[in-house]
Amino acid sequence: MTVSEKIVADLVANNVQFVTTVPCKQLAGVIDAVDKSPDIYHIPSNKEDEGMGLCAGAYMGGKRPAIIMQNTAIGVTINTLVTLTQYYRMPLPMLISYRGELREPVACQVEMAVHTKALLNQLNIPTYHFHKESDVDEFDEILKYTFMCNKPVAILTDASFWGGYGE
Amino acid sequence: MIRSEILRNIAPILRDELVVCNIGLPSQEMHLIDDQPTNFYMLGTMGLSSSIGLGVALAQDKTVISIDGDGSVLTNFGTLPTIANNVANNYILLIIDNGSYGSTGDQPTYAGQKTSLTAVARACGCESVIECKAEDTGKVLQAAIDSKKMTIIVAKCESGNIKVPVITKDPVVIRERFMQAVKS
Repeated sequence: MTVSEKIVADLVANNVQFVTTVPCKQLAGVIDAVDKSPDIYHIPSNKEDEGMGLCAGAYMGGKRPAIIMQNTAIGVTINTLVTLTQYYRMPLPMLISYRGELREPVACQVEMAVHTKALLNQLNIPTYHFHKESDVDEFDEILKYTFMCNKPVAILTDASFWGGYGE
Repeated sequence: MIRSEILRNIAPILRDELVVCNIGLPSQEMHLIDDQPTNFYMLGTMGLSSSIGLGVALAQDKTVISIDGDGSVLTNFGTLPTIANNVANNYILLIIDNGSYGSTGDQPTYAGQKTSLTAVARACGCESVIECKAEDTGKVLQAAIDSKKMTIIVAKCESGNIKVPVITKDPVVIRERFMQAVKS
């Protein structure tokens, strides 16, 4: 089972049936696996705050949601995270590609990487960092934790976790 | 006719449906005119009424109406292609287009100038898009509900606001009440 297949299997096992995505090169495999899953409604978003709105609606409609996006999205979604997801106390697992870490080839990505954990910390968002492939073993428990506490929860996944940035 | 008059006119139609109300005055006006457990009031997050409503519609079978404004649709323009490409026939997006940012002091929007949201929605791929006069909103809305076809309504009206109190209900209460209404 690949890492992407394991992530999708855990989503399905935790009854996550509504997943929105904004692409990142590092996430291409998992987005593809989500799209192929017959148990998940995959709805690509044009912007991450739009995706969080869709997830809020799906949750209220009775479906467990998740969002898959890049860490640059933290810069565009702070208002939505605070005034929608957190204010109304809604669960939202956020599988995030942590660009700008070791093995990153694009210098500009580092500019957002240096703020990512600080911003998540400032927002009191529980944050997990997947660096080694075996870290994915915790994904199932993180999903259970998210739907237990009704909070947005961040899972940062760096290039080392994904086996490099396509080198 | 201004937005609050449209809302007053269509309140009897909205009463039986799930409604996602846009941030600011539209939510405050709906709350004042006809507060219902089937109403989800947005207390923040400008622009996402259409996205939240689409999410609710895709997750269950009851009819969902997102009440949006021209300014809010302009804020979240990416929503129209998403709606067009994820057809939910229990979903209606009602854009009350008064050509202004009503809640912030009636500053003009581009929708009141050269930009037609009706044309934009069609160009994005939305198949059933109806522009109507404010006075006809109720008739058009009822027809859209009865058609069981995803519909975008652009109701053109004048800008202007009435004095309404802010909503002091707790957001978790609003959300929980709405979720119970979805399930009932």
